Amino acid sequence: MTLAMKPVTAPGAAALARLTASRRQRNLVAGGALLGLCLLLMLLSLGAGAFAIAPGRVAEILLARLGSGPAELLDSREALVVLNIRMPRLLLGALVGAALAISGALMQGLFRNPLADPGLVGVSAGAGLAAAATIVLGDRLLAGFGMKLPFAALPFGAFFGGLVSTLALYLIATREGRTSVATMLLAGVALGALAGSLTGLLAYVSDDRQLRDLTFWSMGSLGGASWSKLSVVAPIVLPLLIAVPFLARGLNALMLGEAEAYHLGIPVQRIKALAVLLVALAVGASVAAAGVIGFVGIVVPHLIRLLIGPDHRLLLPLAAIGGAALLVGADIVARLIVIPAELPIGIVTAFIGAPFFLWLLLRRGRIAES
Amino acid sequence: MAAILEARDLHFSVRGTDLVRNASLQLDAGTTSIIVGPNGAGKSTLLKLLTGELTPAQGEIRLDGTPLAGAPAWKLACQRAVMAQNQRLAFPFSVYEVARLGLEGVGRAQPRGRSEQIVAEALETAGVLGLAGRQYQTLSGGEQQRVQFARALCQLEAGRSVAERQILFLDEPIASLDLCHQLALLDAARAIATQGAAVLIVLHDLNLAVTYADKLLVMHEGRIVAQGAPAVILDDALLRGVFRVDLAFSRLPPTGLPFLLPQQHLRTGGGSALHAAGS
Repeated sequence: MTLAMKPVTAPGAAALARLTASRRQRNLVAGGALLGLCLLLMLLSLGAGAFAIAPGRVAEILLARLGSGPAELLDSREALVVLNIRMPRLLLGALVGAALAISGALMQGLFRNPLADPGLVGVSAGAGLAAAATIVLGDRLLAGFGMKLPFAALPFGAFFGGLVSTLALYLIATREGRTSVATMLLAGVALGALAGSLTGLLAYVSDDRQLRDLTFWSMGSLGGASWSKLSVVAPIVLPLLIAVPFLARGLNALMLGEAEAYHLGIPVQRIKALAVLLVALAVGASVAAAGVIGFVGIVVPHLIRLLIGPDHRLLLPLAAIGGAALLVGADIVARLIVIPAELPIGIVTAFIGAPFFLWLLLRRGRIAES
Repeated sequence: MAAILEARDLHFSVRGTDLVRNASLQLDAGTTSIIVGPNGAGKSTLLKLLTGELTPAQGEIRLDGTPLAGAPAWKLACQRAVMAQNQRLAFPFSVYEVARLGLEGVGRAQPRGRSEQIVAEALETAGVLGLAGRQYQTLSGGEQQRVQFARALCQLEAGRSVAERQILFLDEPIASLDLCHQLALLDAARAIATQGAAVLIVLHDLNLAVTYADKLLVMHEGRIVAQGAPAVILDDALLRGVFRVDLAFSRLPPTGLPFLLPQQHLRTGGGSALHAAGS
């Protein structure tokens, strides 16, 4: 026995079938195009730089590495550059881009606010502050013992900072087992400003060399990528990518409001805690590996929503692909534009991202008026 | 008729203000219960207690014999669907997607392969199938309300594979609807009740409440001051005490159901229709 539901008339059913079919086709086209773009940029990225290698040659080297090509090719200087320098950099860029974009989409879903972003809620600022403290204070502290700051201290510092600021935020906003999203957003802005001012203070007391490190860090760079760095970052970021399918339904339901999501059967508190923790881990690790890279988390999810709508089941995976594509593309630009030097990648993403974001705002305004 | 939900002696207060006091009630299978009462009487708060959204400071709620507190969210979602007053939406989902949200949290009751049909039937029942492709946020308030109703229907239908005995909660479901759609929605809700579910509706229109309720619950200052068949419990004194309005109170001949019209309206000449109906 079914509920007291009306049967659907044939024309109604046909119209609905047409609608879902056209949506499915749109999603398929958008997803395919995005994936194709991402792979193309990746191939270009392996060849681009001060030491240019043709894409065809890159493909040959990759095939040889996979065992279907002349093995002696792998001993060439080009292979060395592609496999040991550019490949880890590419993968790090893709990983960080995917993590930032998903984190942005998660935050926007969680806060039900299209402007939310890990940068906005102070996660990035916390990570940045800890990194700055490591650069400026860690150096002096250790110099007292006659030691040099180990390179690995910086990523760990940033990671720790991101985690601590997120936990602080979470504790401030949680009362009696319920997390207030509005409080979290406001507290995030306040904590972000505090972290920013402390970072500024550190910059003020730093010496010239530290200041240069700081500046580079705060603008982001994939320059230090290596296989060993990648092997540290990947295990921290991957849980976020793996958890995405489990979060999508909950985030969709949250679009109606928290009470409604609970009525729909979503374990709201668990979803919130999980999403916040995963974002802290992924953003902390990303900032640790590549510095603060802005605008990926806000631009990419918006762009994907324009393409396929706001359904998180599709939005989250496509945001990951889009984020990877944007960062890999921005890295190509960063490497090519001032050859033989390279620009901090954060400058490129902000340069692309900020105007795009403004355009988005203007467009929204016009839609709201009409 | 067995009670699907039993609530005993519920209390709820916020910062020293009692919003719900000594509320006891039961929702029976196959019946439509309607809560009426003035603004701030505690109707929505009582509904939130019964749906599990709020936890009572005192008292107990049993859903199908087991305590409501501590039930896993997905299981609860199979047993009851809620249409709340809030109908905002954060991102531009389509009407189809919003209705489909009813299927997102029901866990094991997830209808594999049948979801599209369920959503279509729910949209048709709520009268919004033709809007399926539209953006929810571009709809009028009344249309949005009907989409939310469709969403609740989806959830109820999916949940039936796990929970036989279900409840549908509707908080002012017809607030933005025109008369035709008001009746259509209430008819659909009552049809769900006649098929074995319990339906609880918060309503402001007393005449519609009287027409559709098997059981009427009148709330005043946090208490349920009367509950029972509308023809039995409603009288002049009760209404004057609760709503502070002088009402012309008569009974419609065939059913004996009360029919109410504000006195003030009568004085300005609207009374002739009432006298015709009441005579």
